[in-house]
Amino acid sequence: MSGEVQAAAVLGGLQESEQQEDSGHRGGRVRRQRIGLGDWLLPVYTVIAFVFLLIPIVYTLVFSFNDSIKSNISWRGFTFDKWLNVCNVEGGAVCEAFANSIVIGIVATIIATTLGTMIAIALVRYRFRARSSISLLLFLPMATPEVVLGAGLAAQFLAVGVPKDMTTIILAHTMFCISFVVVTVKARVASLDPALEEAGRDLYGSPSQVFWRVTFPLLVPGIMAAALLSFALSFDDFIITNFNSGSVSTFPKYIYISASRGIPAEANVIASAVFLFALVLVIVAQVSRAARAKRLARLS
Amino acid sequence: MSVSVREFAERGADLELVGIQKRFPGFTAIEELDLTIPAGSFFALLGPSGCGKTTTLRLVAGLEEPTRGRILIGGTDVTDTKAHQRPVNTVFQSYALFPHMSIIENVAFGLKRRRIGDADTRAHEALRLVELDHLAQRRPAQLSGGQQQRVALARAIVNRPALLLLDEPLGALDLKLRRQMQLELKTIQEEVGLTFLHVTHDQEEAMTMADTVAVMNKGAIEQMGAPEQLYELPRTVFVANFLGQSNLFTGRVVGTTDTAIAVDVQGARLVVPTARAARHQGQVTIGVRPEKVALHRDAPAESSSRNVLGPGHVIDVSFSGVSTQYIVSITGVGTVTVFAQNIGIGPIASEGDEVWISWDVEHGFGLDDDLADAGKFAADDDTHAIAVQRREALVAELEES
Repeated sequence: MSGEVQAAAVLGGLQESEQQEDSGHRGGRVRRQRIGLGDWLLPVYTVIAFVFLLIPIVYTLVFSFNDSIKSNISWRGFTFDKWLNVCNVEGGAVCEAFANSIVIGIVATIIATTLGTMIAIALVRYRFRARSSISLLLFLPMATPEVVLGAGLAAQFLAVGVPKDMTTIILAHTMFCISFVVVTVKARVASLDPALEEAGRDLYGSPSQVFWRVTFPLLVPGIMAAALLSFALSFDDFIITNFNSGSVSTFPKYIYISASRGIPAEANVIASAVFLFALVLVIVAQVSRAARAKRLARLS
Repeated sequence: MSVSVREFAERGADLELVGIQKRFPGFTAIEELDLTIPAGSFFALLGPSGCGKTTTLRLVAGLEEPTRGRILIGGTDVTDTKAHQRPVNTVFQSYALFPHMSIIENVAFGLKRRRIGDADTRAHEALRLVELDHLAQRRPAQLSGGQQQRVALARAIVNRPALLLLDEPLGALDLKLRRQMQLELKTIQEEVGLTFLHVTHDQEEAMTMADTVAVMNKGAIEQMGAPEQLYELPRTVFVANFLGQSNLFTGRVVGTTDTAIAVDVQGARLVVPTARAARHQGQVTIGVRPEKVALHRDAPAESSSRNVLGPGHVIDVSFSGVSTQYIVSITGVGTVTVFAQNIGIGPIASEGDEVWISWDVEHGFGLDDDLADAGKFAADDDTHAIAVQRREALVAELEES
């Protein structure tokens, strides 16, 4: 999964990273007390693990500056050309695929987040027939293998006679993103004190005013996390897309197809740019959170 | 007087509950409730958890709908009116301050929803009333519990509702702060002259603050009146035990004069004034407050103006500074609690001592029900009700799937 998922995790479940920091400190203290094996085993293991994790990313980043001709496997010299002329090769196929992915990601995210949020609120706040069955059914798309979902949906499009294009990709992505949105937002709704909405009603807020001024602002962190998660899932989905895209190219699909004849360095450029963007997002979120915490601490 | 949401109430309004019943799936929270609260009064609904007092408050606020009955505020029927259209504001138990808004935004929320001009000026005024104007720009999370409580109060009274509902708003505060807030609330109520309906399980709080206290039990009002009246002359076993402590005795009426009845309690003859007894014949329960009972080391002289019991043995002495509590066991009658002011130095009797007790006939009271009917203390039916609800919910879910 790409960097946006990490960003979503950081923005949404802020406590999680704190826990990790805590356990890191604990680990450090324990290590200092021990002598012998642990002193070198843990650092070595950590370094190996990180090297293993980072090699593909470092490769992608470094080889985006490679002065390659057709395939991008051996180092031929440093150049900025690929970054500057990213849309000028193969008639801009890389950029077109990337733009398609972005459009599909944004549209599918907006639809899935809106519908998923509504479902989540209904599931937590109202009691109705088949409520528990619906909760269960919403888990199915997450538990089902993507190949099955993709092939199943493709078969239905074929049966109904819907031509495969951007619309079918967006429909397919919306389908599997909704479940993730529901799960993420549901947790947030469940932790919302119903007394807050009651206070809104008590203070002369009409149902829509209470929703937009009380409920929605309090759900925003959960909704944002859900939206980032859906975008990330949609952006790097290959399997379901491949079944339902027809001739439309998306970024993962483009890379898969070009892998057979050598991935162009332009793909590395876009992948690196996405990675750096996600990294900046995470850093900005962390820094602003730290600043906010500091401000709160100073005020009180 | 009709009250509109768009205008400020000039004074508090009467609240009338007529034949209210509230059923939830699985249990009945309120069986049958009739209640009139006069305008401008500070009214307390007192009872154990699960007695229906919070449900009553939520019905008045419009957060629940009654199964049966009418709710009238200032003479206007509001039964079918939604919460946001009622001239009523609530101070919630958890305060329910909006965490994403500053204090001033919280306080101005109601005014802005009603499109009342000068919302911010009025909000600052309300904050000054609770002495928190200097914290107007902060977030609720940066305030202490007591400050949050005052903001919740300001957020409610800034709207000048005809009726202010307080749902155990002092429950989360520590004792000292609670005392202070009780006084402040009382002062504010007198200052702004609104009708306050205060729900609490703290009998001391209810007695200190309210003009009128209604003791609720199992979805119905047991007794209603001024705090002194309720304390000095409880009508039921529940009230006698819930509002302070009582020594209760059950016996048969053996003699009646114009002014008093005599009750035989295991051979002892106890006299209660007729005017202070709810029942005048047959099996009756009578009682006396522990601080009205005197402890004697020697048998006191027989007197027509005092009831005497004894001899008995002191089985427990607990010294608490200003007073000492003795528990005296009297054969056949049971245990009697005595509160003695610490006028001398130290307790006057110790464990195992033989003692007599006596009290002024005028201090006794006769109850309307029997000990056996009510039990020592009414059971908290909350857990039972919740269990029933859970089971029904489970059955419903199983049926669905």
